[in-house]
Amino acid sequence: MEPIRKHEGLVYPLNRSNVDTDQIIPKQFLKRIERQGFGQFLFYNWRFHHDGTKKEDFSLNQPKYNGASILVAGENFGCGSSREHAPWALEDYGFKVILAPSFADIFFNNCVKNGILAVTLPEEEISQLIQKAENETYHLTADLENQVIYDNEGFKTSFEVNDYQKEMLINGWDDISVTLTHENKIKQYESKKVGV
Amino acid sequence: MTQPKTIVEKIWDQHVVHQEKGKPDLLYIDLHLIHEVTSPQAFEGLRMNGRSVRRPERTYATMDHNVPTRERHIIKDAVSKKQMETLKQNCDEFGIPLADIDHPDQGIVHVIGPELGLTQPGKTIVCGDSHTSTHGAFGALAFGIGTSEVEHVLATQTLWQASPKTLNIKVNGELGTGVTAKDLILAVIGKYGVRFGTGYVIEYTGDAVRSLTMEQRMTVCNMSIEAGARAGLISPDETTVEYLRGKRHVPEGAAFDEAADEWLALASDEGAVYDHTLEIDASEIEPQVTWGTNPGMCLPVSASVPDPAEATSDNKRAEIEHALNYMDLQPNQPISDIAIEHVFIGSCTNSRISDLQKAAEIVRGKTVHSSITAIVVPGSQSVKLQAEAEGLDVVFKQAGFEWRDAGCSMCLAMNDDVIPPGERCASTSNRNFEGRQGTDARTHLVSPEMAAAAAITGHFTDVRQFTSALQH
Repeated sequence: MEPIRKHEGLVYPLNRSNVDTDQIIPKQFLKRIERQGFGQFLFYNWRFHHDGTKKEDFSLNQPKYNGASILVAGENFGCGSSREHAPWALEDYGFKVILAPSFADIFFNNCVKNGILAVTLPEEEISQLIQKAENETYHLTADLENQVIYDNEGFKTSFEVNDYQKEMLINGWDDISVTLTHENKIKQYESKKVGV
Repeated sequence: MTQPKTIVEKIWDQHVVHQEKGKPDLLYIDLHLIHEVTSPQAFEGLRMNGRSVRRPERTYATMDHNVPTRERHIIKDAVSKKQMETLKQNCDEFGIPLADIDHPDQGIVHVIGPELGLTQPGKTIVCGDSHTSTHGAFGALAFGIGTSEVEHVLATQTLWQASPKTLNIKVNGELGTGVTAKDLILAVIGKYGVRFGTGYVIEYTGDAVRSLTMEQRMTVCNMSIEAGARAGLISPDETTVEYLRGKRHVPEGAAFDEAADEWLALASDEGAVYDHTLEIDASEIEPQVTWGTNPGMCLPVSASVPDPAEATSDNKRAEIEHALNYMDLQPNQPISDIAIEHVFIGSCTNSRISDLQKAAEIVRGKTVHSSITAIVVPGSQSVKLQAEAEGLDVVFKQAGFEWRDAGCSMCLAMNDDVIPPGERCASTSNRNFEGRQGTDARTHLVSPEMAAAAAITGHFTDVRQFTSALQH
């Protein structure tokens, strides 16, 4: 996966809580056996009518959010189904960073595996960012190395990230190769506990 | 004396392969269940990197999400067909046992694991499906994972996991007549919301939990993910042991007794410390119906739809307004006035034999309301056979239900079992998200008994009014 150290981008605000992965990528698009190409189906039922025409009133369809790469959303983002197609769709659409007051566990892990930086920020800061991005063309920078998010108008906040996940994201590592460096330990465990 | 431990701590300690300060633990995975939807990209990843499946015999595959539930072999959707064929090819190539569409063991992955005795206390169990929490009913540590993690488990039989916090949900007292395990878990989520479990593994304890059957326990643990919890489990007891006795993949004879002793020893110790505890009184719970677009938007059948004007914050008001708009409901409308067009009895939450038996008792000798299409989708082909041996298929069919083959079906509507736009369904499944059962379809989650009652009357009806059926 692509390493992510620092990312500057246009902010798209999605002022909703409990956005579930069924909304992020509806089930009719889970039948594909590839990893790529899910971006066109992102938030499909919110973005498109039954006949496939765009719902002009849905915010992501507004031209001012074209090219957005930082998503700011309400709490419990990514709840529900474990489908990794959700981060695949977000990533393929162009989102590299997601900010929310909280994330569902499985979704959060799936983001890390796909090089998406998911950051938890206090609710007040998220509300502030959502408001700004709704009212103006708003850019943020997410600096993973220094664990800060800032804009060029004086907003700056630090965030927590687990050291292991930080290392994976910054290096763009595939964790299977990391795990296989512990192969001896897996073998030892198997010979002791489960039989070979 | 050693420190008292929770079952989660005991299972965790037994499965740590590698531990390093500042990192998650590397945990061994005993059982990996896979299905057609979340596995193809994982196998592709293995192939691209020249990796093999480390322990194919600890992996078990079935087809459930996409399979047709009638006219079994007519898969109209070429993409679905390709996905199922891909699973078959992957299982053949990597030597993984597969219960495919023609196999007598085929069924919903979370129904067949327990049914075959693959699910056992103390195991770490994962699957690329969030409802893997179901297997926690046996005192297993079972959780859903994404496709990258599926690939990781296939390649290494391990996963990196941060040690979870533990939440004890103690359910005191006794559930009333006509009040089910589904109502219990819906009431918990209705009370505490859809994110209180985030970061926790829930252990369900208390008298009301102890008196549940294994199938009822599976219903409760199944929906732990709807509270945000990664997993939910119940300490093993004699009920667990008796359910497992004689199952195909559990040991026999003296080896079974030995295993049973080990299982029972996993139960949380007296005095074990949880990060958090919540207590619930089972006797206060009524049959539940969801009114909104997440499982936390849930009320007793005797209640009325919430009024956004009474919301405690702007955010809550916006959430309720959005949900009522999607669901086409009016504030303060009595839930029992909501008329439905569809009934779905099925899913990994409620498609086991006892679910079908209970629903059949309500339906027996009655007729499905003329405006309703009702289907029963057994959780596995083996549940289907048993139900047919008991004549339940005839009870359902005579009442006007359709009787189908096993699969996930209308729970997520990936196959042809879809609710049309704007129509409303009483569903025994686990998610009432927007579009879950079909684009713009409206889902109300209920127990099998409540779904059966609604099928007869045409609107939500307190199943306790069907008193004669409940005396059985």
